[in-house]
Amino acid sequence: MRRMITATVQNQSGVLQRITSVLTKRQFNIESISVGHAHTQELSKVTIVVEVEDHRKVEQLIKQLHKQIDILKVIDITELALVARELALVKVAATPQMRSEVTVLIQPFRASIIDVSSETITIEVTGNHEKVEALLELLRPYGITDIARTGLTAMTRGTQRTVHSFVSSSII
Amino acid sequence: MKASFVAEKERKKTTTMSGAEMLMEALEAQQVDVIFGYPGGAVLPIYDALYKRNLQHILTRHEQGAIHAAQGYARVTGKAGVVIATSGPGATNLVTGIADAMIDSLPLVIFTGQVATSVIGTDAFQEADIVGITMPITKHNVQVQKPEDLPRMIAEAFHIAQTGRPGPVVIDIPKDVSTALGDYESHPPVSLPGYEPTVRPNVLQVKRLMEAVTNAKRPVILAGAGVLVAKGEEALRNFAEQYHIPVANTLLGLGTFPYNHDLFLGMAGMHGTYAANMALYDCDLLIGIGARFDDRLTGNLNHFASKATIAHIDIDPAEIGKIIEPTIPIVGCAKQTLQTMLALETERGETQEWVATLANYKEHYPLWYDTSEEVLKPQQLLQLVHEETKGEAVVTTDVGQHQMWSAQYYGFTKPNRWVTSGGLGTMGFGFPAAIGAKMGKPDLPVVAIVGDGGFQMTLQELSVLQERQLAVIVIIVNNQSLGMVRQWQQIFYEERYSQSLLPVQPDFVKLAEAYNIPAATVSTPQEVRTHVAKALHSKGPYLLDCRVASDENVYPMIAPGQGIHQMLGVKK
Repeated sequence: MRRMITATVQNQSGVLQRITSVLTKRQFNIESISVGHAHTQELSKVTIVVEVEDHRKVEQLIKQLHKQIDILKVIDITELALVARELALVKVAATPQMRSEVTVLIQPFRASIIDVSSETITIEVTGNHEKVEALLELLRPYGITDIARTGLTAMTRGTQRTVHSFVSSSII
Repeated sequence: MKASFVAEKERKKTTTMSGAEMLMEALEAQQVDVIFGYPGGAVLPIYDALYKRNLQHILTRHEQGAIHAAQGYARVTGKAGVVIATSGPGATNLVTGIADAMIDSLPLVIFTGQVATSVIGTDAFQEADIVGITMPITKHNVQVQKPEDLPRMIAEAFHIAQTGRPGPVVIDIPKDVSTALGDYESHPPVSLPGYEPTVRPNVLQVKRLMEAVTNAKRPVILAGAGVLVAKGEEALRNFAEQYHIPVANTLLGLGTFPYNHDLFLGMAGMHGTYAANMALYDCDLLIGIGARFDDRLTGNLNHFASKATIAHIDIDPAEIGKIIEPTIPIVGCAKQTLQTMLALETERGETQEWVATLANYKEHYPLWYDTSEEVLKPQQLLQLVHEETKGEAVVTTDVGQHQMWSAQYYGFTKPNRWVTSGGLGTMGFGFPAAIGAKMGKPDLPVVAIVGDGGFQMTLQELSVLQERQLAVIVIIVNNQSLGMVRQWQQIFYEERYSQSLLPVQPDFVKLAEAYNIPAATVSTPQEVRTHVAKALHSKGPYLLDCRVASDENVYPMIAPGQGIHQMLGVKK
């Protein structure tokens, strides 16, 4: 199963290595990881997407992450109401004749063309995992020459539908 | 302006000094009474600062010796062992001991030198990324960037190492940080928002546990080293006696419960007693306290306490549910939890029949070995050491057959006298650990029980015994082989003894004599008695090369993949 975990960490050198080290030691496969400053300078927010076998594994992962001194808070937000986005840059082989076709194609995705050359165009798209995947599927026949993806970053919504499905590290 | 600056400095009680001086001040503030270490280029400023101080420093002959000594010190005192090593090879030589301390939860504060900040990352002479290297094997590690941070980082390191589930903390100090001047703050504020161990147990869970205790017919306590860390032996004993519940120990938990107590079942696990293992197999309530259900303890998990309600008490939430999903999870300090359990004063369960069954097992399936007139048996050797030291000694070991025989036959009545490498299983641990143990508990007899293989990994520390005239008795259980490897090859590899026999050996007595340490070769029970008594009487170092049967195996034994009830060699 795919789990989305967010961690609030001290903004210190090596903290990302600490996280990946915990994941590697316990043989978790990281699907994506994204890091950036949190609301204050001292803190960073990390969003990790991992593929795990079962709930016990994910609970163990959260507890092990929580044990790190520089990690303040770890939450499995998979089952919470959340907004998750990733950004992808896609370079497509498109001759000048094809450009208008591609432009129409990407419109419903609210993607935009951010670079053009004689042989290629580069498209920027933001959205959840499925949306990005769907656009890539449509662009593939034209010939994708390069992709750069940020991986998911996520946040829980201000209002939660269900609180009982909250999975956290706490059994205290 | 100047006046107010001085006033501010006065208020914060700061003094200007070098990073190295701050380190010394901070160590004194932590009341560190001994440092184990080895100098080198990157720690020259630190050793220069040490030169002017009254801090006791033990110069081991290898950094691995220093860290194992610090581990021995930590295990018997409960205080953090302090280590200093230089950058690069000095630091990497500590790695085995750091990993050992991590897995066996021993508090250590380790200072490693580092090349100057200006050359970090340039592959400078003796540069190694020790923070990166030790990240997965430390409770926490940091590199100091400026001297002002040192006092706080040291205070935090001792706090982290010694509280909650103890563990090693590494502080990496670049050489220029040691020499740079900064303001030293004597009582730096410790602020660790990401670290708050849960000490007090959840009372509702404790109530659930006590209900289970009342309803249980076949309860058993599995006590691990967490009980020792919490100083909960007395509470454990009161609880077991009050509720009439038998107690089994993990390897590291030996000493939490007197070996000669009626309710004591012995050590459980791969080489555990029949009574302890059968209790864990057959119980209807298992109360694990400060134990982490290691694979060497549980055997095949499908057979481990499979009929039981499992309660797991541990201060580390990550241990709960890691191996076994307990019905009753309790995060908390072992002592406080036991005290909370006792305070509830619930009804006793009907355990008489169960206790009688287990007593019967103890009587009919005790540990056994074939005695011999011709050759000294290692098990007998351990029994004799127990008798001569009246079971009062601090016993340290490496890993392997001699470790298991020590665990089985020494018999501990008191806590914190058993120093062994459990989780990591480090050869060469026992002897340097004994040096640290002696520094921590100078009034207790200290016996290093080592194999002839393991001793040869760290025997350079004989120099420390010579120099300090430390009363450590080194007992080499010499079976001229890597006994446990040989045993597995005999049983599982059709007696193909690949690289496990050591017929060619140094003359250990002559070796000891080279260090001016009294020594003897012994091969009979009477010689063991005479020389152990003499060693105890001498108040100085002593080495005994004990020639024991070379083909003896450790039994009972649970073969890999087998259940805890499927023991080999329970009876002759």
